[in-house]
Amino acid sequence: MASTAIYVEAINQAIMEEMDRDQSVFIMGEDIRRSVYGATAGLLDKYGENRVLDTPLSENGFFGAAIGASLVGMRPIVETLTSFMWVAMDQLVSQAAKMRYMFGGQATLPVVYRATMFYGGGSAAHHSDRSYPMFMNMPGFKILVPATPRDAKGLLKTAIRDNDPCIVFEDGTLGGATGEVQEGDAALVPFGVADVPRSGSDVTVVAIAGAVPMALRAAEELEEDGVSVEVIDPRTLVPLDKSTILESVAKTGRLVIADPAHKVCSAASEIASIVSQEGFWDLQAPIMKVAAEQVHIPYTPVLERLVYPSSEKIVDAVRVTLED
Amino acid sequence: MENVSKEKLVQMLERMWLIRHFEVRVMEVHSAGEFTGAAHPYIGEEAVAVGACAALEDTDYIAGNHRSHGHPLAKGGSVKRAMAELYGRVDGYCKGKGGSMHLADFSIGILGESGIVASSVPVATGAALAAKIQGEDFVSMVFFGDGASNQGACHESMNLAALWSLPVIFLCENNQFAVTTSYHDSVSVEHISDRAAAYNMPGILVDGQDAVAMYEATREAVARGRAGEGPTLIEALTYRYEEHSLGLGRVRRGEYRTQGQIDEWRERDPIDVLEHTLTTQGILTREECDAISKAKADEVDEAVEFARNSPYPEPEELYDDMWADPIPLP
Repeated sequence: MASTAIYVEAINQAIMEEMDRDQSVFIMGEDIRRSVYGATAGLLDKYGENRVLDTPLSENGFFGAAIGASLVGMRPIVETLTSFMWVAMDQLVSQAAKMRYMFGGQATLPVVYRATMFYGGGSAAHHSDRSYPMFMNMPGFKILVPATPRDAKGLLKTAIRDNDPCIVFEDGTLGGATGEVQEGDAALVPFGVADVPRSGSDVTVVAIAGAVPMALRAAEELEEDGVSVEVIDPRTLVPLDKSTILESVAKTGRLVIADPAHKVCSAASEIASIVSQEGFWDLQAPIMKVAAEQVHIPYTPVLERLVYPSSEKIVDAVRVTLED
Repeated sequence: MENVSKEKLVQMLERMWLIRHFEVRVMEVHSAGEFTGAAHPYIGEEAVAVGACAALEDTDYIAGNHRSHGHPLAKGGSVKRAMAELYGRVDGYCKGKGGSMHLADFSIGILGESGIVASSVPVATGAALAAKIQGEDFVSMVFFGDGASNQGACHESMNLAALWSLPVIFLCENNQFAVTTSYHDSVSVEHISDRAAAYNMPGILVDGQDAVAMYEATREAVARGRAGEGPTLIEALTYRYEEHSLGLGRVRRGEYRTQGQIDEWRERDPIDVLEHTLTTQGILTREECDAISKAKADEVDEAVEFARNSPYPEPEELYDDMWADPIPLP
């Protein structure tokens, strides 16, 4: 049955449905019993202290404990912020990412890290990380970047049932976004299948996470000028649905990539690389990246807003691809 | 001692000899160039792993570190598969993908060794968390060194385990040196076991050259864990006879320790200590001890032959074992 939910409610529904479904699912993180960030509301009352664990401020410790619990049959969900993942990088990289391969396939790690990206709100350099490209560079993580309540719920449910380490990068700028969500198995969203929220024929815009609504606004504006934009939301970066992107570029011949993460060695770079190698003869213009400037996030709003993609920047980039 | 069965004592001696011969052969074949890479000999420390693992069941979990050939063998792992892994062959524990620092046998609770110092400590803590959440009575034990005891991962895990009363045994193998740095120069307390007080758990200092003492201390810690009474920190005082790692030729032993110190520790060799106990108590004769050593040396020789004859992985195996639920590689 479909209903309407905001992004954080959709995450909450996903957790509850999967905790109802499977007793091996539990969740831990900082201040989750009181749901400081909204996604864990009501969990303590419903599932009790044994399955809803407030942790000390020890990310390396409890990120690693989640790995150990997953190795012996549990399905842990860890709630965190992207910026706190740095503190736990040894457990994420040396253990979660590498264990299965390093042990010749013996280890199975059904662990989910939910990492909220707070950016664009004056949080400054230490709390504004959009770090998914760094994890894309490390084999061993499935990387999810939901841009709608439907995908926030559906991808998280799929991640909880998946048997590999998954990181869900939840976009804080979309926390209040509203949309339709399904219930139960109908809500599941598969990995590696891009969404095409808008079809078009002149230019392809691949947009990631919080850049998706910007791309849709840009497409509406460009439509007034008679430019038809196709918007693709990859939804998962590992695995990446490259065929949907390549097929779209084959149709439009033009590609703009909008990505809130830093532009160097980014998801946008990877997509540009794939299209330049595998879709080169379809291109009629250079690929344009609209990604975050390669500086740290300044506190003051007048500077911060210059860093990220915007619908204006996307419109400008689309126009560049249409120049003769 | 009176509560330790004869079978248990004999098995401990067998496993200590197995590890000793394994490590001696590894040093020989490594220097002969039969395989490459780092390997960290456990010689001199055998009583720690063997005594501690003797207190565990197959359903209990262990995790190790970079100096971890001894831990899986102490828990009953396959000497052939361990040796084949060092040789990088398909019959190795990790099909040649892990090597010396990443032996693992999930079928008997060996959750794997880690090349990053202290990195296994949170993992083992998590296995114990699973026991608590599931209401199971298995325990988890992690081996780490004096060097690792200074890592944040260790301290974070001890706090978590004590806070949540988790059935984990933190087994610190204090072999005196982190590469060349004495623990006296890197640890702020007299004994690493003293740090247990900071986390409100028992801290036990044990003679790590005495397998029976290790077994008895660990057995108590395991019982506490199974009873829901939380974690224990055990510090085993032991000694690394060999250099930090094979292939580290630049490090000269005289630069950071004396021959006299090495000789002094060798006088209390852990195998001698256990054999002395067994022979003076009439449990085994000298000849029976020698026969055990010979049998284990033969077993290691067979393992070397097995490893040499095992094939290397095929090139396409490069891409296997990335995912439990496979996705296309980019």
